Amino acid sequence: MPKFIQFFATRWGIIIVGAVIGILATLLQKLGNPPNMGVCVACFERDVAGALGLHRAAVVQYMRPEIIGFVLGSLIAAYIFKEFRARAGSAPIVRFILGVFAMIGGLVFLGCPWRAALRLAGGDGNAIFGLLGLIVGIWVGTLFLKNGYNLGRSQNTHTTVGWLMPLTMLGFLVLMLIFPQIQGQEKNGVFFYSVKGPGSMHAPLAISLVIGLLIGFIAQRSRFCTMGAIRDFILFRQTHLLSGFVSLVVFAFLANLVLGQFHPGFVKQPVSHTMGLWNFGGMVLSGLAFALAGGCPGRQLFLAGEGDGDAAVFVFGMIVGAGISHNFGLASSPDGVGPYGIPAVIIGLLVCLFIGFTMRKQVA
Amino acid sequence: MSSIVDARGLSCPQPVILTMNEIKKVQKGEIIILVDTDTSKENVSRAAIAQKWTVKNIEEEGTGYRIIITKD
Repeated sequence: MPKFIQFFATRWGIIIVGAVIGILATLLQKLGNPPNMGVCVACFERDVAGALGLHRAAVVQYMRPEIIGFVLGSLIAAYIFKEFRARAGSAPIVRFILGVFAMIGGLVFLGCPWRAALRLAGGDGNAIFGLLGLIVGIWVGTLFLKNGYNLGRSQNTHTTVGWLMPLTMLGFLVLMLIFPQIQGQEKNGVFFYSVKGPGSMHAPLAISLVIGLLIGFIAQRSRFCTMGAIRDFILFRQTHLLSGFVSLVVFAFLANLVLGQFHPGFVKQPVSHTMGLWNFGGMVLSGLAFALAGGCPGRQLFLAGEGDGDAAVFVFGMIVGAGISHNFGLASSPDGVGPYGIPAVIIGLLVCLFIGFTMRKQVA
Repeated sequence: MSSIVDARGLSCPQPVILTMNEIKKVQKGEIIILVDTDTSKENVSRAAIAQKWTVKNIEEEGTGYRIIITKD
C-alpha cells in the first residue's frame, strides 16, 4: 500500500466501510427504523424538514439523529486527521438548486442511492428501476463532465464558514434533548413528531446517533460516495468507490437474510410504489443532480462536516426541496406518484440540462 | 520541462479529469498537479497509478499538496 494512501482509502478499506454501513443500516431497521430505510439520506432529510415544519406531511416528521451523526462524525474524523478545511464559493446557488431537484427526484422514487441499495438488499424489485435511473442520470452527468462542465473553484475561507453546518446539527441535537418525543404527541416545543407512518418509526436516539457518528467517521476517511461509485466507473473505468457501494448491497442483503428482513417481490414493498417508469425517472433526475453537484447526498453531508460550505448549501437545498416536494404534492406515496410529481421531474431535468450545458470550461 | 495542472479549489472529479487530460496530452515525462484536499491527493495518485505513471513525490504546499508524477 503506498504510504500516501491511508488505510480506509484502499480497496479493502472502502469494502469494509460499505459492509459496515450495510450491516448497521439493516440493524437500525431491526431496532426501529422503517423497513428498507435503515439509513436513507434523502428520506431522513425529508423527516428533518418535517420535524422543522418546513412541510406538514404528518407521517414523515422526525429529527433524524443519523443525519446529525453523519455531519458530526465527519467533523471529528476531519479534525483528528487534520483534514478540516473551511472552503466555499463554488457556485453555491447552483448547488442549492441541484439539492432541491435531487430531493424532488428522490421523493418521486422514494429514496436516495443509499435507500435504493437497501431496498434492493431487502428484496424490493422496484429498486431495480430506481438504480437503473440512477445510472442513466449519472451517465448523462458524465457526458457534461467530459465536455468541460464544472462548478468553478472554491476558496479557502474563515473556519466559521466550515463550522456552520456542524453547529446547526449540534443545535438540532441539543433541541432534540430539550424537546424529546412524547409518546402519542404530534409536537413538543419546536419540533414536530410523527405519531404514525415512517416518521414514527425509529431506533432509540442514542443508538441512531452513535451509528450515525460511526458512519460519518469512516465515510469521511474512506470518501464513500454512492454517486461517485457509478460515475468513476463510467468516466474512468475505476472500480474503487464502486466496490464500496457493491459491498453495502451485499452485506445489507446478507444481514437481512440473517435478521429475517429479506422479502423479495414488487407489490406491497415498504414505503415504495410500483410505478416503474417514475421510479426510474425520479432517480434519473436525482442521479443527474448528484453528478452535477459532485457527490451523493451522504457524501455531501460528510463534506459539509469537513468544512465544505458549498456541500452544506447543497444539503440545505435538499432539506428545502423536501419541503417543496410535500407542500406542492410532488412526493410519491405507496399509492403512486404525487399529483404534480411527473411535471416536477420533467422541469427538474430541464433545469439540470440547462445548468449542464451552460456551465462549461472557464476554469482559470 | 514539466507541465502543471492547477486543480486547487476544484471538487470531484475535476482534479482527476484535468490530470487524465494532461496525461493524454503529454503521453510521458513529468506532470505537477496542485490540489488542496486529501481526497484529491488520493484520487489523483490512484488515477495516475492506474495509467501506469509513477507518483514520484508529494509535498505539502501552502494549504494543499504538490504531486509530481512521471512516466519514462
